[in-house]
Amino acid sequence: MLLCLHIWFLEVVSNCSDDGSHAKDHHLSLPVSTGDLTTSAMGEMEELRKEMENLKDQITAARKTFQDSTLQEAAAGVTVVGRVQLKTRKTLRGHLAKIYAMHWGTDSTLCVSASQDGKLIVWDTITTNKVNAIPLKSSWVMTCAYAPSGNLVACGGLDNMCSIYNLKGKDGNVKVMRELAAHTGYLSCCRFLSDTEIITSSGDCTCVLWDIETGTQKTVFAGHQGDAMSLGVSPDFKFFISGACDFTAKLWDIREAECRQTFGGHESDINAIGFFPNGNAVITGSDDATCKLYDLRADQELLTYQDASIMCGVTSLAPSKSGRLLLAGHDDFNVNIWDMLKAERVGVLAGHDNRVSCIGVSSDGMACCTGSWDSFLKIWN
Amino acid sequence: MADSQDVFIFNKKEEQGDSRLMASEIEDIVTLIQDEEEGVPIRTVKSFMTKIPSVVTGTDIVQWLMKNLAIEDPAEAMHIGSLIAAQGYFFPISDHVLSLKDDGTFYRFQAPYFWPSNCWEPENTDYAIYLCKRTMQNKTRLELADYEAENLARLQRAFARKWEFIYMQAEAQVKIDRKKDKTERKILDSQERAFWDVHRPVPGCVNTTEMDIRKCRRMKNPHRVKKSVYGLVEEGTQSQSPIHTPSHHCRKGTKEDVEKEILFLNTQIDRHRMKMSKVAESLISYTDQYMDYDQFVTAQEPANPWTSDDPFLWELEASKEPSQQRMKKWGFSLEEALKDPAGQELFLKFLESEFSSENLRFWLAVQDMKRRPQQDVAQRAEDIWAEFLAEGAPSSINLDSHSYERTSQNLKDPGRYSYEDAQDHIYKLMKSDSYTRFLRSNVYQDLLMAKKKPETEQGRRTSLEKFTRSVGKSLTGKRLTGLMQSS
Repeated sequence: MLLCLHIWFLEVVSNCSDDGSHAKDHHLSLPVSTGDLTTSAMGEMEELRKEMENLKDQITAARKTFQDSTLQEAAAGVTVVGRVQLKTRKTLRGHLAKIYAMHWGTDSTLCVSASQDGKLIVWDTITTNKVNAIPLKSSWVMTCAYAPSGNLVACGGLDNMCSIYNLKGKDGNVKVMRELAAHTGYLSCCRFLSDTEIITSSGDCTCVLWDIETGTQKTVFAGHQGDAMSLGVSPDFKFFISGACDFTAKLWDIREAECRQTFGGHESDINAIGFFPNGNAVITGSDDATCKLYDLRADQELLTYQDASIMCGVTSLAPSKSGRLLLAGHDDFNVNIWDMLKAERVGVLAGHDNRVSCIGVSSDGMACCTGSWDSFLKIWN
Repeated sequence: MADSQDVFIFNKKEEQGDSRLMASEIEDIVTLIQDEEEGVPIRTVKSFMTKIPSVVTGTDIVQWLMKNLAIEDPAEAMHIGSLIAAQGYFFPISDHVLSLKDDGTFYRFQAPYFWPSNCWEPENTDYAIYLCKRTMQNKTRLELADYEAENLARLQRAFARKWEFIYMQAEAQVKIDRKKDKTERKILDSQERAFWDVHRPVPGCVNTTEMDIRKCRRMKNPHRVKKSVYGLVEEGTQSQSPIHTPSHHCRKGTKEDVEKEILFLNTQIDRHRMKMSKVAESLISYTDQYMDYDQFVTAQEPANPWTSDDPFLWELEASKEPSQQRMKKWGFSLEEALKDPAGQELFLKFLESEFSSENLRFWLAVQDMKRRPQQDVAQRAEDIWAEFLAEGAPSSINLDSHSYERTSQNLKDPGRYSYEDAQDHIYKLMKSDSYTRFLRSNVYQDLLMAKKKPETEQGRRTSLEKFTRSVGKSLTGKRLTGLMQSS
């Protein structure tokens, strides 16, 4: 017990996640789990860490040589978008507790939401009717997903499992089809590749590709040094990105089972992540109250979306269909709308009475849905 | 008290243009705002027969925030101020609702002992003691509000067995309080009340202490050792919420991890990178191309189904008669054309006319195979080989010998990615060759032109119908503000 406390104390002390000094000196210093290292072993660690920092500096320098311009400069001549004012068109009522997650179906009218009242609800967003209300075994649900086919939904949370439900069962009842269990930490996010494969991210710092039929892990993507909080799949389904509590975002090649790129710069946990619509750039949202845009081909950050008046962490994000706008949900109950090219705030959605925990833009881009700890979902456009 | 060092750091941030503030820096702000020199004037106000010690007005706070955080809009300062107030760092002296008003309302600063950073999670026993002692002191300012009286009644029922204990603790607290100076007591009482307003908010107010359960275990007080506000020793164990269960700690920062990281970083140094200008250009042109299709920027036709309750939009999408706008998208990229079932169909038709449809059919077959259940994959892979690649295959595709070799090797152990190379090759072929011809083809161009001018009787009726619907039902939904050319 004492030893556990000791190690934990060291991890907390060296994590320094609260005062931001973690990333201020530009290097992400990995906390050292000491246990019982001898002095020579400590010396070896020091050497290794120095080598690592050196490599990072080299990469930073290499990236700099490609900074012949900035996105803002290049977009200086682009027409201004003007004030964006979206209205609440529908309010989806029915959950009895905090909503933690929502996901649109590919047909653009149905969506699924997960709440700590222990229910997964599939909504018809036009009529506001509940198409399905699925009771969950564990009420501590943190994520949900809709399969592209529309046949399945998935969810998971503190039970460390990803449960797959078949919406189109023979007798009309929605039942658990599979329980994917292997993670040793909470399930933070899940996304279907098809009816047969799903990717999950977890508090155990890994992401996993599962075969739904057999319920087995096909690939474990390890590398993050902190809880993996969120993931997004590329439009061509060949890659996925993950954001974690180690303040980095990683791009993974699904087939090669490798991490292709890592992006840093955030000063706190990355809670939300998503692809830019063309699949060539990645957007992240963090507890440091900013969002960032990273380009995959330039291999570096293009823009940071921040404002002194925004002091609350980003919980969720979604780009509009063209990628011109970025909608970001925050702890301060609002959604901020950014002009992605000019990094200017062009609108605010204020309609929730508690934290906005999830946000999504429908597949055809016609509407945006926000979910909140106030137990309501709202449709805006 | 903020010393000059803190002030210097604070100002330096502003200088560097780093005006972004993190929630954890709220305490820096709160410390500075109380500073004798740099903060708001905290004073004692004379009122009727009494003095109100240690207060500032809402306006003072708003003005100070605007000045020191470089905020131009008072509404923004109010918003930030309310966020800080909601966590209890300062509070209105005569109200339970923790928000900031830009007027003469009096506010007081919270004692650091009660700051959220001390990871308070006060138990109901503490709350019971607090409410109980309030009833013991005959002061109008300490009278319980309705919701507090209800809470007290509930707690009395819940703690019926140990109420005597709670009562004694409350009495002890009252004794301690009595020893304090009158003015000090006024201040402390109000601070204590504000603390409870945060942890047991007025019904209708948000409990800002609610933590995202994913973040809980990473807080400073991970084991949530519960400490009592009134110094009680915790007895027995209550049922623990998941916040308190020890969860898995992933091992971080081991030698192995650092070595792996070093290997990875080595691969990244000389990786291929594109210039920022090129990449920026690509992003800009993408958004430009799709802006017309972005509902949040450009109002879409037909009417917004969430206001008109008219699913005409999706009926149109599902129909075999795609709109001109939709068909225009097929010209953006091969991906876009194939994403749309109607586009895919037309492209296939075109390829058939050129006797090269086997490429697309092969590509689609492989896409389908990749989505099949694991047990079906091997069979499908073999079927695809037989149809498209084997000697004398009915729909023989043209692969370069290298890809052909690789693919036949892969098929010795067929899997989801057996045809990846072949698929990439065929896709590139279609993109550079057939697709460009398709865009110029009569099949595509005629259809685009036809949809442009609906000259036929039917065409006119359809467009009139559309017009009536959109005018009639979407007047409220019409987003003329969407694309404003700012001067």
